[in-house]
Amino acid sequence: MIPGSEAVSAPPVLSVRDLVKRFPGVLANDSISLDAMPGEVHALLGENGAGKSTLVKCIYGFYRRDSGELLIDGEPTEIRSPQEARSRGIGMVFQTLTLIPALSVVENVALFLADLPAIPKLERIAAGLETLGERYDLKVDPWAQVRDLSIGQQQKAELLKLLLSQPRLLILDEPTRVLAPQEVQGFFQVLKRLVDDGLSVILITHKLNEVLECADRITVLRQGRVAGQVERTDATETGLVRLMFDRDLTIAPVSRSTAESAEGPPVLELQQAYTRGEGAATSLEQIDLVIRPWEIVGVAGVSGNGQKELGELILGSAPCIQGTKRLFGEDFTRRSIGDVRRAGVAYIPENPLAMAVNPHMTVLQNMAITQTRRYSRRGGLSIDWQAVESDTELTWERLGFRVPPHLLARSLSGGNLQRAVIARELSHEPRLIIASYLTHGLDVQSVHAARAALVQARDQGAGVLLISEDLEELSEYSDRMVVMHAGRIVGDFRTADADIYEVGRLMTGSQFAYG
Amino acid sequence: MSKLALLGVLSSAVFSGASLLYATLGEIVSERSGIVNLGLEGVLLVSASTGFAVTSLTGNPYLGVLAAVIAGGLMNMILGYLVVNRKANQLASGLALMFFGFGLSALIGKGFVGAKIVGLPRLAVPGSSGLPKLYASLLRFDILIYLAVPVAIAIWWLLFRTRWGLGVRAVGESPDTAFASGRNPRLIRFQALWLGGALAGVGGAHLSIAYAMNWTEYMTAGLGFIAIALVIFSKWHPLYAIAGALLFSGAVAFQLLLQSSGIQVSPFLLSTIPYVLTLVVLMAWGSRRRMAAPAGLGQVYEGVE
Amino acid sequence: MGNTPGRRGAAAFWASLAQISIRYGGVFLLGFGLFGLILLISGSNPIDSYRDIFVSTLGSRYGLSEVLVAMTPLLLTALAVALPSRIGLINVGGEGQMYMGACLATWAALTFGGLPGWFLLPIMVLLGMIGGAAWAAVPGVLRARGIVSETISTLLLNPVAPMIVAFFVFGYWHSPMDTNKTPIFSASARLPTLFGTRISLGLILGLALLAVFWFVMRSTRWGLEMRGLGWNHQAGRLNGIPNRKYVIVVMCLGGAIAGLAGMVLVSGYYGVLLANFSRGIGFMGFLVSWLANGSPIGIVVTSFVVAIILTGGNLLQLTRDLPYSVINILLAMTLFVVLARPSFTRKKAES
Repeated sequence: MIPGSEAVSAPPVLSVRDLVKRFPGVLANDSISLDAMPGEVHALLGENGAGKSTLVKCIYGFYRRDSGELLIDGEPTEIRSPQEARSRGIGMVFQTLTLIPALSVVENVALFLADLPAIPKLERIAAGLETLGERYDLKVDPWAQVRDLSIGQQQKAELLKLLLSQPRLLILDEPTRVLAPQEVQGFFQVLKRLVDDGLSVILITHKLNEVLECADRITVLRQGRVAGQVERTDATETGLVRLMFDRDLTIAPVSRSTAESAEGPPVLELQQAYTRGEGAATSLEQIDLVIRPWEIVGVAGVSGNGQKELGELILGSAPCIQGTKRLFGEDFTRRSIGDVRRAGVAYIPENPLAMAVNPHMTVLQNMAITQTRRYSRRGGLSIDWQAVESDTELTWERLGFRVPPHLLARSLSGGNLQRAVIARELSHEPRLIIASYLTHGLDVQSVHAARAALVQARDQGAGVLLISEDLEELSEYSDRMVVMHAGRIVGDFRTADADIYEVGRLMTGSQFAYG
Repeated sequence: MSKLALLGVLSSAVFSGASLLYATLGEIVSERSGIVNLGLEGVLLVSASTGFAVTSLTGNPYLGVLAAVIAGGLMNMILGYLVVNRKANQLASGLALMFFGFGLSALIGKGFVGAKIVGLPRLAVPGSSGLPKLYASLLRFDILIYLAVPVAIAIWWLLFRTRWGLGVRAVGESPDTAFASGRNPRLIRFQALWLGGALAGVGGAHLSIAYAMNWTEYMTAGLGFIAIALVIFSKWHPLYAIAGALLFSGAVAFQLLLQSSGIQVSPFLLSTIPYVLTLVVLMAWGSRRRMAAPAGLGQVYEGVE
Repeated sequence: MGNTPGRRGAAAFWASLAQISIRYGGVFLLGFGLFGLILLISGSNPIDSYRDIFVSTLGSRYGLSEVLVAMTPLLLTALAVALPSRIGLINVGGEGQMYMGACLATWAALTFGGLPGWFLLPIMVLLGMIGGAAWAAVPGVLRARGIVSETISTLLLNPVAPMIVAFFVFGYWHSPMDTNKTPIFSASARLPTLFGTRISLGLILGLALLAVFWFVMRSTRWGLEMRGLGWNHQAGRLNGIPNRKYVIVVMCLGGAIAGLAGMVLVSGYYGVLLANFSRGIGFMGFLVSWLANGSPIGIVVTSFVVAIILTGGNLLQLTRDLPYSVINILLAMTLFVVLARPSFTRKKAES
């Protein structure tokens, strides 16, 4: 390890000078400079798409930068591959961990050791892991198979794997995203011990509280540029928010539901509903939720706390193992996804390619796929493609964007794909819309169009469940908000009465207070 | 039934079990690296015929075994070229390799049908010399049989205790991660295929040079597919494969025993037991959601281009 | 496969036909060249051998009819793979499903041999399909419940079916003369043959089923839903398509078609049930479907070509003193060339 005493006067472990990275059509990083000092946590703060991940991937040798310089200990350096980065003392923990589930922790670690002998002594490596684990409070059973570990433990294993090769700079890409709230505090303790030992840490995050809690220096990125660099001592929440968004966080709603007391039965009624989460999924517990026509209900929560599963429960892809689910006044607890959809439920999932479209079919075919019975003629022997086309045209006209209908879906950009899904789901006057990360991958204009379409549907009497991690979006568009934490609904209030800090506190659990 | 018949049945079970074990070990090695070789049947046939032909020509069974090992390795190199370099579908490539093996082995063996060879010498089981001569003659096995279990242990050691084995398993689970760790997934897959083919070659050679001591077309009669089933049964583990080979060849022996003792059970229904058992075992694991199959099995490694 | 057929111009059609001819032509030239080398090494004259193969198959009415005879089971076993592959299922169990179909159909032939053909044959067809479907149902259910992948379970069940057939043939059904085959079926249990050749009604059945398959995939609601499942089952399921039902039904249909292939072989070709009547026709079907990329017309063309090679093998055995199996080398060489995808075989406008 690097002795901590040198830290104060030492040059930056890594300096980035005027780094530029272009992707087709996008300037992802526009002359970014920053220094990572030994013994410091340097936070990279920014919204999704601000260029944080691109920057660190350029540093780690995943991408080749277009121009600019990287300096290690003040020396200009080329890093062409992750291996080269590791050999120069840079380690990175990705959001998706790179451990092999079928191997044990110690085997995963051994795999990445550069000087592994032909007949490795795994016992010795395991002992090394245990020593390191003691030192940094990263206790993991070295002989356990990775697939048996919790995500938090896997992250510890990943950190140990990097630490064993004695890096000088650690890059952590949203490390707390996968952690349970009670694990987050422990994780910050680990970070503190690491920097106390002289390591330099670059922490990517979009969570203000984390930055204020553990960073020594903060670089805020906005739209690919450095929006500002501050020391922690000078940082304030409002100041950082202003740098991130270039405006204050508004809680003023655009429009609110006009129907105070809606007629008819609720579009959705969940009573004491439970699901069993398999694998990485969260189990839902004691879910009580009512959505009425003419309202948008926002679901706030840190990713992985059951929002996604809530959508799946309503759609019917996650079975309700206890409790009841009623849609439009009818019992749907045991009905199939097809039945739920035919009853008038639309579902906009977070990942269109994996969850909504077949890239090898045309846009039009994808438009028809959720409504095969509606468009089938002669008992299913033929499909009325003209009806599909005219319905689609109508929806596009209404939404104010269009997608070439005869192209294969795989030739569309991510944004167009999401647009196609939104258009499909909002055709046929749905009565309940589940929108999960609605604006994922959309440009600003389409974001507005998509949100306006939701409001429009609401104003025509649909109920909407809007799942988002973007508090701004939620407070702007939802009439009511529920907060999810660890698979339960922990808060439910009218957005107009919402205190954003209270929401934040509920989202993160009561372990640590916000602000 | 007589003790002699019993011994005879067990002895033949040991002979067929040894070929099966070698073939299974070969398939385990290649599947651990992520490549399923459905053409194993063809590989076995080509090495059996090559081994037999070389033994017949040179009169030296050891040279025959060596030739069979090389033939097995070369057959797998065809598969490697298709699925690793050309990124072809593994199942289709394996089946094509099987048909190739049908044809090539027939061509190689054409001139050797009915030929007589000096097979691998058989060594008496230690301690069997005191037995009556007839009994003792049934307890004489060739060197490949004595080596089968040690080889299985060696393969286990290689896969689970060496750096190379760790690389093979990593490539089989996640070629991208293996690449990130600085390994060359393509090279490792070729190495594993070569070793797998060589082991299958030993199995084929044992069949023709040591056990049957003749060459007939399609003499493997489905042994390759049994080995593929056995790989699944043994959870891709070389040591379990020993038990699996005993079970599969034991089932054959058992039905012969029953037959000779006059019990009316169809040998054909008995032969299905290992397969049905494998399926039942798979169902039992499946419900625990813990498959032991390498995660990258059958997947094309695209590489970074 | 667009949803708007007929929009493409004739020029585009000829261009794609030319492209296909180049692709196929190149593949076969290379495959034949490689096999020729092997023939040369083994002391045969490749040119004479090839002349034999083509003259014996395409050169006469009889030869051509024999090619169609060999092609019949391939059409069916290929379709048995192509149909499940449309929803991403890999059916490697055609061989076993075919044996089970043959087994049940034979039971009917032996038990009700006295019934008239118009009554008996539909029963045999039905039983053949049920036999194959039952053999595929187990993998289908296991896959639908997410317990065992259908690749593994179909593969495991393959060797079991011939053993069951052997159990019945050796134990109960064998003729007085042979232990490994049944008595010859009564005339009413034989599929009618066409044009005074050995081509059976099975060929018509196979072509008709391929046409139905083409129509279902192109125009119908079920075709659309299957395509919706084809890319990934999660997306299809979230779109409201009942994926589990489809997995089970489509697996069973695939098995039923393979079972029909077995029925067609015993009733239309052999007229008896041999204990081991197939050595890989089910696997060959997998390869044909794979080569044809699951397309119905591709299956017809590919089966025809494979049938030429297989039929030609018979002659090679007679005139060149080569084992029949040697023809497998030619087949495999051609497959290797396709699998290795040399640049001239790839589609040009791939984005």
